[in-house]
Amino acid sequence: MNVTTAFWYASRATGIMALLLLTAVLVLGILVNRQGRLPGLPRFAVTSLHRNLSLLSVAFILVHVITAVLDTFVSIPIAAGVIPFASGYERLWLGLGAISFDLMLAMIITSLLRGRINRILWRAIHLLAYLSWPLAFAHSIGASKDLQQGWLLGLSVACAVGVAAAVAWRLASAARQVPRAARVATVFAEAKHAPEHVPGTARPARRTPEEVSR
Amino acid sequence: MAQTMQATDQTLRVNPINCTGHGVCAELLPELISVDEWGYPIVDPRPVPWTLERDARRAVAACPALALRLLRSSTS
Amino acid sequence: MTTTMPMPTNPASEASQAGRTTSTAGLPRLLPAAPEDLRGHLARYGPVPFRGMPGLLIDDIEASGLTGRGGAAFPVYRKLAIVARGRGRKVVVANGAESEPASRKDELLLRIAPNLVLDGLQLAAEAVGASEAHLYLHTGPTPAIGKALADRTAMGLDPLPVTITQAPPRFLAGQESALVNRLNGRAALPSFQPPRVTERGLGGAPTLVQNVETLAHLALIARYGPRWFRAVGTRAEPGSMLTTVYAPNRRCQIVETEIGAPLRTLLSSEADTQAWLIGGYHGSWLPMPDAVGLTLDNESLRRFGAAAGAGVLVAFPADRCGLAESARVVSYLAAESAGQCGPCLNGLPRIAAGLAELAGPSARRQVRADLERWAGLVTGRGACNHPDGTVRFVRSALTVFAPEISRHARGHCSATNRTPFLPLPDGMPTSDEDWS
Repeated sequence: MNVTTAFWYASRATGIMALLLLTAVLVLGILVNRQGRLPGLPRFAVTSLHRNLSLLSVAFILVHVITAVLDTFVSIPIAAGVIPFASGYERLWLGLGAISFDLMLAMIITSLLRGRINRILWRAIHLLAYLSWPLAFAHSIGASKDLQQGWLLGLSVACAVGVAAAVAWRLASAARQVPRAARVATVFAEAKHAPEHVPGTARPARRTPEEVSR
Repeated sequence: MAQTMQATDQTLRVNPINCTGHGVCAELLPELISVDEWGYPIVDPRPVPWTLERDARRAVAACPALALRLLRSSTS
Repeated sequence: MTTTMPMPTNPASEASQAGRTTSTAGLPRLLPAAPEDLRGHLARYGPVPFRGMPGLLIDDIEASGLTGRGGAAFPVYRKLAIVARGRGRKVVVANGAESEPASRKDELLLRIAPNLVLDGLQLAAEAVGASEAHLYLHTGPTPAIGKALADRTAMGLDPLPVTITQAPPRFLAGQESALVNRLNGRAALPSFQPPRVTERGLGGAPTLVQNVETLAHLALIARYGPRWFRAVGTRAEPGSMLTTVYAPNRRCQIVETEIGAPLRTLLSSEADTQAWLIGGYHGSWLPMPDAVGLTLDNESLRRFGAAAGAGVLVAFPADRCGLAESARVVSYLAAESAGQCGPCLNGLPRIAAGLAELAGPSARRQVRADLERWAGLVTGRGACNHPDGTVRFVRSALTVFAPEISRHARGHCSATNRTPFLPLPDGMPTSDEDWS
């Protein structure tokens, strides 16, 4: 195998890794928002993993793009990594990948500046994750035949199912959420039926309205 | 409040409206933050000791709701 | 000395009272004998003494020692100075959203002396250099206010037009940041401060929020000077204040009194009274006869952990159950929580349920300890002081009605009259519309 073929394989491999990582990042992001926990891990682990894996994904994507550019079998300008549809080769699919990556960069930059920017603005940009992932997925399926057959197809289907399930759960949770104006009434109802709480013990397993609402 | 040699001039404050009771802050800074019976943080209002300043900044950065702040004591 | 205005049962019947002119040091100062139109108002008090420049009035207000009459008793000159120092556009708001169900003084003031309030609003606007003036009311524009504003406009009296905004019927609607949120077009829910509204309020501009009674006093200080204002009251807390007074077998009355007046001249301390409630539903119960010597000023009331607040004074009848009524009040206060802050949202309804349980016949032994623990957990942990005020009321009730708690635990109650004495509105807010 010559050098350029190695680049090509590296690009495909890092691409697959990036897709797996991005899937994990999105699911973890939903978990953070819903205050979910990973069994056996402390709460800050969910937040930390989400953030660290997102940075790792970017690293993999950078290698993925650079190795694709360095590979001489097809001509892809480096700009195609961030400028959509700048590549002659597989213009559409690479373009979607570039858009997806641009959105990721926006999310990460705003997150690094979190304390300094408006909370609403930060959240609006972060919601673009729900656009970024499908674009990355489409790019993965369309840009190379790899994921369209064999065990890699199974892998990509598993990622899609995972994301779909997480998003469905997120939407259902939001639908169950107690609106602010009704929260006090919920606590009143709980207070009337509550078993006696023993002070000094850990947070009760019974969910407070805040938890119910997340 | 008199500043001791061991304390910075910063205090931790939680915005209770933004806080949703994730509890990440209490895990990262148990010396200054504990959790009440409903999962909400009880924050030590005294100035942050120098030895804990880095952990305090970590806790502020880690809050998923951006509800924890480190403020100069002159701000109230 | 005091001047009493019986609270009319319908707006058409206005009580007549021999009032002296307020160019003397005495009372009444704020409440005229009968509602006056603009001409009568100007004839009695003279023209509105605009200074011609921002800032000039503030020194007089500082010298007068005027504090806010909305409940917090914050020095008025300090708020004026902070807003005046601000950059750019500034806003002044007359806060007439009385919110406290038992307080009715602002309602009366706005009905029979709206021009005094509106004078104060314009004078305060000039003092801070404001370009926008608002009036915030539960009722929206009333006939009295509408007429006053129309007359003033016709006479070209007001440099600034006054925008009236309606406050929702919520206990927190008059809270400073909730007020600003409402004026900004959002729900009347408190915001976390800092930044304070005096720095960033309506539309991001420095905003002065003053209770309508405070502005009425300001309008008089501008005319008669700080020495006149200090002629009544105490040195630390000068001037007069409006109080809403409830007593057994009497109609609710609005009384203008000098600060520092003995409470027993305002409230009955006879056998028909079992306790006093000072400062409304965020105030404190005071035991009788221990409190009988107290005077209506914060320095005196502090000895019992109480404060004058917005001037609600109740002589609670001996034939009712103070414990049951306190439980009703706390249920109301809990229902009025904005539900934004975890400790308040979780703590207040549980405290209310606990107090209701104590008021019932079969309270568990655990409840007393729970109440104390929850009270400690909610204090100081909300974005506003709703939990703190509620806890003060609860703790004072648990102290003053301790004998009644014991009686209830044994299945008895000393009350012979079950009709509720303390006024409370019906209905609990259930949706966002209830806050807008």
